[in-house]
Amino acid sequence: MSTKNIEEKQYLLRFKCDTKSHLTVLDHDVCMTQCPEKFCTVFCPAEVYKWEGKRMQVGYEGCHECGSCRIGCPYQNIKWEYPKGGHGIVFRLA
Amino acid sequence: MSEKFDVIVVGAGPAGTSCAFVCAKNGLNVLLIERGEYPGSKNVMGGVLYRKQMEELIPEFWKEAPLERPVIEQRFWMMDKESVVQFGYKGLEWGQEPYNNFTVLRAQFDQWFARKAVETGALLINETVVTECIVENGKVIGVRTDRPDGEVYADVVVLADGVNSLLGKQLGFHKEFRPDEVALTVMEVVNLPKEKINDRFNLEENQGCTVEIFGDSTKGNLGTAFLYTNKDSLNIGVGTTLSSMIKAKLKPYDLLDYLKTHPMVKPYLEGGESAEYLAHLIPEGGYRSVPKVAGNGVVVVGDAAQLVNAIHREGSNMAMSSGKMAAEAIIEAKKDDNYSEASLNRYKDALYGSFIMKDLEKYKDAAHIFEKHPQYLRDYVPMMNRAASKFFTVDGTSKREKQKEVLKSVTDERGTFKVLKDIYRAWKAVK
Repeated sequence: MSTKNIEEKQYLLRFKCDTKSHLTVLDHDVCMTQCPEKFCTVFCPAEVYKWEGKRMQVGYEGCHECGSCRIGCPYQNIKWEYPKGGHGIVFRLA
Repeated sequence: MSEKFDVIVVGAGPAGTSCAFVCAKNGLNVLLIERGEYPGSKNVMGGVLYRKQMEELIPEFWKEAPLERPVIEQRFWMMDKESVVQFGYKGLEWGQEPYNNFTVLRAQFDQWFARKAVETGALLINETVVTECIVENGKVIGVRTDRPDGEVYADVVVLADGVNSLLGKQLGFHKEFRPDEVALTVMEVVNLPKEKINDRFNLEENQGCTVEIFGDSTKGNLGTAFLYTNKDSLNIGVGTTLSSMIKAKLKPYDLLDYLKTHPMVKPYLEGGESAEYLAHLIPEGGYRSVPKVAGNGVVVVGDAAQLVNAIHREGSNMAMSSGKMAAEAIIEAKKDDNYSEASLNRYKDALYGSFIMKDLEKYKDAAHIFEKHPQYLRDYVPMMNRAASKFFTVDGTSKREKQKEVLKSVTDERGTFKVLKDIYRAWKAVK
């Protein structure tokens, strides 16, 4: 079947998850007080970021490691590292 | 691991592996470091690999590399909501040696290519992140990795660490990229039986087709979509500059689903089975975004150096060429045992004298102009569709009258002066 939403898309992927997040929101207050749009929750291609009313939930386990959130956050509020060697997303095809 | 190599290459994508391959072939002691489980496991590409630059590294590679299909037809679609204006080229000469380009699946191709570098003598270490360059007296002398005791030394470190190039940033070779300098692209691999692909794209055995789709594929935003044929799957993807994505509040996967269900696209995918979903950034800043590419004991190649020609969808070929040029500069530098910036600038000179920087220079204003003036994809593509529909609909109006109407509808919508200005601006951007 052809996927119809992001949950189905993410389900196609293989991840070798690290126990520690490679993505860190530096200051959740910045998201709350300065960023009404919460851009990262919109453009992140894996829906890693979810706003939970008071803080940003970071589902790093499903990250594609594209780097968009680091570049796209208007407040440079995301610390972005690579997952530990051999961890994170494992593309099998393209 | 505190060994010393002639060359350490960070990243086993097309740029890094090319550099490692050429260095190893010339007898240098090369360490190739890859952060993924295997080369290709972190890499994404729409899928077109050009023959020319690959052949310069491995002659007749098509006889053994894991390729999908040689591309014999390239189509371009200017797509509106319920219509499309098409043009393209199909030529059987592209279906035989020496070929023009091929579709590939990167996870397979990159593994094969890295294996070639290893067979030539390079040492490949997977599952290792380089966390920083070791700098001493203003000179890069090695790298620190995330392995225990993970320091390794070399005369030259090659940064082939991809679009995010955290290492280049650490060295101050470039600032953080802006959202208008990168394109966020998502794609899906959709499995479909070979016979169906051949029927739907009018292909025979071992013939491939690529379709570039402009206009409604990005809802008029600055970007493109693509539909490429593999052996028994299709790659369908779409991307826009990150800045456009932000401005239009687009979710990339929603845009992909919009494309997949678009009435002009849907019939091609019917009955297909999604196999993988992938997201990646493409460096599209062009000429002005190319960072410093050589320093004391260090060079930067491929995506890490922003070497992508977005207008002609060329990237992996530029990566390979830059990797090869970097290797040649390193080999020369070794002859006089001088790895200073001045010596490694041989690479910079070669790069700037090559098709890569000439092409990037040609289009240096294009991305900026199309970002600043969104009417090209947003307004003109629908206009072209309406004009074509009007012109080709037989309704008793004379052809001369139709021509007049079509011209008038265009100038009415935007005004004659604006149209002329738009044309001039676009021509200047790509001339």
